[in-house]
Amino acid sequence: MAILVDESTRLLVQGITGKEGSFHTGQMIEYGTRVVAGVTPGAGGRVVHGVPVFDTVTDAVAATQPNVSFIAVPAPFAPDAILEGADAGIPLIVCITEGIPVLEMLRVYHAVRQRGVRLIGPNCPGLISPGKAKVGIMPGFIHTPGPVGIVSRSGTLTYEVVWALTRAGIGQSSAVGIGGDPIIGTSFVDVLELFEHDPETRAIVLIGEIGGADEEAAAAYIREQVTKPVVGFIAGRTAPPGRRMGHAGAIISGGRGTAAEKIAALEAAGVHVAERPAEIADLMREILANT
Amino acid sequence: MDLHEYQAAELFARYGIPVNRGIVARTPEEASAAAEQLGGRVVVKAQVHAGGRGKAGGIRLADDPVQAEAVARQILGMEIRGRIVRKVLVAPAVAFEREYYLGAVLDRDSRRIVVMASSAGGVDIEEVARERPTAIVREHADPFLGFLDFQARRLAFRLGIEPDLVRGFATIARQLYRAFVDNDASLAEINPLVLTQDRSWLALDTKVVLDDNGLFRHPDLAELRDPEEEDPLEREARLAGISFVRLNGTVGCIVNGAGLSMATMDAIKLYGGEPANFLDIGGGASAQRVAAALRIVVADPNVRAILVNIFGGITRGDVVAQGILEAMRQVEVRVPMVIRLVGTRQEEGRRLLEEAGFTVVDTMEEAAQRAVALAQGQ
Repeated sequence: MAILVDESTRLLVQGITGKEGSFHTGQMIEYGTRVVAGVTPGAGGRVVHGVPVFDTVTDAVAATQPNVSFIAVPAPFAPDAILEGADAGIPLIVCITEGIPVLEMLRVYHAVRQRGVRLIGPNCPGLISPGKAKVGIMPGFIHTPGPVGIVSRSGTLTYEVVWALTRAGIGQSSAVGIGGDPIIGTSFVDVLELFEHDPETRAIVLIGEIGGADEEAAAAYIREQVTKPVVGFIAGRTAPPGRRMGHAGAIISGGRGTAAEKIAALEAAGVHVAERPAEIADLMREILANT
Repeated sequence: MDLHEYQAAELFARYGIPVNRGIVARTPEEASAAAEQLGGRVVVKAQVHAGGRGKAGGIRLADDPVQAEAVARQILGMEIRGRIVRKVLVAPAVAFEREYYLGAVLDRDSRRIVVMASSAGGVDIEEVARERPTAIVREHADPFLGFLDFQARRLAFRLGIEPDLVRGFATIARQLYRAFVDNDASLAEINPLVLTQDRSWLALDTKVVLDDNGLFRHPDLAELRDPEEEDPLEREARLAGISFVRLNGTVGCIVNGAGLSMATMDAIKLYGGEPANFLDIGGGASAQRVAAALRIVVADPNVRAILVNIFGGITRGDVVAQGILEAMRQVEVRVPMVIRLVGTRQEEGRRLLEEAGFTVVDTMEEAAQRAVALAQGQ
């Protein structure tokens, strides 16, 4: 099963002729993802890694029927690319771009929701269903198929946790990087809901960080709706207030968004919160042995 | 990016918001001349990127140019929350009847811009939110239609503003919202917005924070950045495209990825150390970026040991290792370093580093423990 992407994924890459787009198209194909088309305005007719390139998403959709789009387009052009994908009716759009102005994302967020499109990101590594499909920039080799679903606001920290799980012999159903920006298309709650209903997922890892209240919303949802065990980790216990820690969304402002608040909320919802990323694998091993 | 009060006032004035225009002074003599030019009683205000200026004594009244010079002498050079005051704003002292708060900010939870107002103006709005939450009224702007006239009026009526004053208040609220949106702000605030004795509205203090990610489309605003307000190392990092926040500890950190950087800092603390910085070199780990990061970290005299934590991902481990070695040839490092490297071909990478005499460890936990011990002289 896995969630969101699998063997049935037919991927479109928007920005396929760019440096990032081209490189990661090759990587995704190598992992086994079916990449059916690419789009770069003005580059229609070209072929990248054996993939046909179109001028518009509408043309790509008509010719190749993609069901997921991966966007690797620079920040000034990414909002337009997301809206082009949504307008063409692609149901799942994954945008890795960092640095999109937050007010631009605010409009895009509401526009894609109105069209019933799911957006993952921006400023995220994408997602992977190990052994099935990779729609992202994460290293494929650290993953292995299995029962643990992962949802995270981070990139390399997720790799760290996945790697620890894999080395402990614990595989993953899907790993979803939802992104580090203040406004992102898909929240923790959205992904938790998918994992809760995915028969292949037996337990969930939630990796949060300082800033905003998405982890608190996730805690409330877990308490009410999630029957599967959840292990959490919150980065930024030592982060000073009022300073942005790399991610645009990672900031404690007005005393809100601290790691302590998030950890307390998750623990109150019955989540096992790890102190160190490596501890997640230990906790998960115990949980899987007992369920 | 923070704007100074006087820069925010200039920005708001362009939107027709009545602001209390003043003159910026860098010396007590300039402050005196400014007071002379304005005539009458003035207020001398520290222009520094720190809150709590009033409580710290950074805002003082002066009756005449001689007094203005004296208070400016006290304020200039003063330290407010770790920042040195290098400029003051000299503005007319205004007698007023009432003070309000008016602000626009992004509300992450509802994913909308919220315009807030309060009749408890002139004090810290976060304090009002904690102690008298009902004293704040809010309107969420529609993501497509914006902040509408009726919403602005509703704010005014809910604050009990008299009908003849509502139009003026609502216009200022809408213009504030417009300034927020047009300039990619993350905060735009008037505190206080006062009702003067002749029943007109005046923005006495203004604050704007801009979204760094929006600056590329506002080159005029990007130029308003005040280099004197930036930590020199943070400035160097910004220019090198590296996310860096200076802290007070002794273990310097060089990490790729923001989440992993925070987790590395947390691990250092967990093992009894204190991180000297947050530093994220970004996705790839090229020699150039590692070198720039090293230069920044070694320039901090508090650093006693350096922890390099790279999760290579798609970048090959041996390439990362070569990058680190290349960076070490460019930068003189006098403190011990612990390197943790994961990625494809990580064994080759580690061998390269070990051959060059570096301590290379397997896990982040081990790296943090070793770095803390080294920083403590063990």
